[in-house]
Amino acid sequence: MKDRFKNSLILFLTFLKIGAFTFGGGYAMIPIIEKEVCEKRKWITEEDILDIIAIAESTPGPIAINSATFIGYKISGVFGSFCATFGVVLPSFVIISIISLILRQFSDSLIVQYAFNGIRAGVLALLIKALVSMYKKCPKGLFSYILMGASFILAAFTDINVIFVLIGCAVAGIVNSLIIKRRVKQ
Amino acid sequence: MTLPIYLELFLTFFKIGLFTFGGGYAMLPLIQEEVIAHNWMKVEDIVNFIAVSESTPGPFAINIATYVGTETGGFLGAVCATLGVVLPSFFVILIVARVYKKFKESTVVQSVMTGLRPAVIGLIGSAIVTILLTVFLPNGFDLKAIVPQDFLVSLGITVVMTVLVFKKVHPIIIIGLSAAIGIASGFLLN
Repeated sequence: MKDRFKNSLILFLTFLKIGAFTFGGGYAMIPIIEKEVCEKRKWITEEDILDIIAIAESTPGPIAINSATFIGYKISGVFGSFCATFGVVLPSFVIISIISLILRQFSDSLIVQYAFNGIRAGVLALLIKALVSMYKKCPKGLFSYILMGASFILAAFTDINVIFVLIGCAVAGIVNSLIIKRRVKQ
Repeated sequence: MTLPIYLELFLTFFKIGLFTFGGGYAMLPLIQEEVIAHNWMKVEDIVNFIAVSESTPGPFAINIATYVGTETGGFLGAVCATLGVVLPSFFVILIVARVYKKFKESTVVQSVMTGLRPAVIGLIGSAIVTILLTVFLPNGFDLKAIVPQDFLVSLGITVVMTVLVFKKVHPIIIIGLSAAIGIASGFLLN
């Protein structure tokens, strides 16, 4: 019982550190989690990390939250996952609360407006890079290309809600796998 | 019927958390759709905020939930939005953590992912096109409304930064350089 409390406190502090020092979120967090949780604490193995990434990718929500909750649960149950998640969220929460006050003060300044005019074009470059790396990781094939094209067209040119597009593609994934399975049997 | 703002923030970000698969900007299409539909932010503000989020610690999801929450409902609004975006993954992982070997090998999960992965790419592609339009045509589709020098500056920044990003220059340096060019050209050309 005492151990569990102590572990939960360490979990909170470890993930507080992870949340406070990762820029860019998600995947940027993985190497730091590896260092803190595998090497330093020996709570989980390198192989567990791969599992965690695989699970985080196929469950909803941000990777940071998924991995904090998962590791917290493995180390000390539901209370542990609460502590780890709370820890990873807290730094962003505090920092952004402060920043939103600062942004409001300066949003009318000409220099800030000019800066953001340039920044928006720079962000476009970051997003293009993000899209390309996601594309590289995605399995290729006719089925994938059709879904990519269909969801792009539906989102860009119709008012259909993004959520319905996602549900539709999930169903298409199941149907496609069933068809492949049947073909293999025959 | 209008819901109280705190409930509205919580439910909207709960929905966003529940339907985001994959890390990084997988959340962008949903954020764009929901946040703009609620009139909480414009496309421009979202793009500005991506830059802020890249230059501050923490995941984009938490950052934007806190920001939208603070802007629309103060501190309590920020708590509701952040709680909303966190809870779906928290509960799903608590369930999955108990059966994760089975979950990992489940063919249903794998088949669903073969559909979701390309979908997310298509959706992000569309979100990027929307952002592209606000960067290059901030006054809409009217060709007469294009300011040539602004258009060229944006084009220049986008091309140069895309090259730099693919050369693995750090995002914060990209944002800093873009800001500097934006300020310099703003004062020189206006």
